[in-house]
Amino acid sequence: MIVRVSGEGQFRLPDEDATRLNELDNEAVAAAEGGDEPGFRELWGQMLALVEADGEPLADDELVESDVILPPRDISFEEARAEFSGEGLIPD
Amino acid sequence: MAGLAGRMSTVIKAKISKLLDRAEDPGETLEYGYQKQVELLQNVKKGIADVVTSKKRLQMQSEKMEQQIVKLDTQARQALSQNREDLARAALERKALTQNELQSLDQQVAELEKQQQQLTENEQKMRQKIEAFRTKKEVIKAQYSAAEAQVQISEAASGVGEQMADLGLAIQRAEEKTENMRARGQAVEELEKAGTFEDLTQLEGGGSDQIDRELAQLTSGQQVDDELAKMKAEIGAGGDKPALEK
Repeated sequence: MIVRVSGEGQFRLPDEDATRLNELDNEAVAAAEGGDEPGFRELWGQMLALVEADGEPLADDELVESDVILPPRDISFEEARAEFSGEGLIPD
Repeated sequence: MAGLAGRMSTVIKAKISKLLDRAEDPGETLEYGYQKQVELLQNVKKGIADVVTSKKRLQMQSEKMEQQIVKLDTQARQALSQNREDLARAALERKALTQNELQSLDQQVAELEKQQQQLTENEQKMRQKIEAFRTKKEVIKAQYSAAEAQVQISEAASGVGEQMADLGLAIQRAEEKTENMRARGQAVEELEKAGTFEDLTQLEGGGSDQIDRELAQLTSGQQVDDELAKMKAEIGAGGDKPALEK
């Protein structure tokens, strides 16, 4: 699975991580929609941490599309409420 | 894949694949796609240069604020030594406001600095992806049939397109942030201009009451009181007149 962190680059993650990432994504949507900023920040941090821990940065000359595009690390809560809505970043 | 970043790259990718569909000869398509990428890279470089220019402007604004702070401090002392506590207080209020703004401006400039660095790194990535596309284009032209080539081309172009879209988004964010900061800085400048301390008599006329009230609201009264008391003590120690009641 290829994940892009917007503004940073692409990472290759084991496919097993897709489930965990999707779970976090769904919880983040719930937090964002419920206006729970601290809760959202916590989950968003966990999503980034997962990518950092398991992800291998893609070589700069690899030309592949990402399966998931995460928003910029410094996303504001207002932006997040627009991003993390409905099915979230990863459609179920 | 919903989301701002996702949506944006989808749009750009759609544009790129439309371009690619138009040409019938894969060789021609590849050359055209490559040219387009090089062109877009020029835009990216311009975008980064704009961010750098805005940052420099903010740094100049910050230097001006520092000078203003020194000036207001001097004016407060002058006013106090002439027993004009009202004027001294007004000057110190402006000084406190400017100090607050300066602090937040400096913080933001540092943040922008970081962003600029990241943009430059990403531009480098972009360049390498385009270089990879250039190499791949020659391989595709030499080795694949027309039908196979189309698939290969669209894959490669999507990879480059996504990177391009992401970089575009990052530049847009940096520009928006800079704009916000500039607007804030300008608002402070205008406040200063409107009630500038150049001419002490203007304040006596009461023409700047409105601004003074706004300033008083914006700044912490305690900070100004403390500083005024300190200044009075310093000046009062050498003065022949007793300090005024607070």
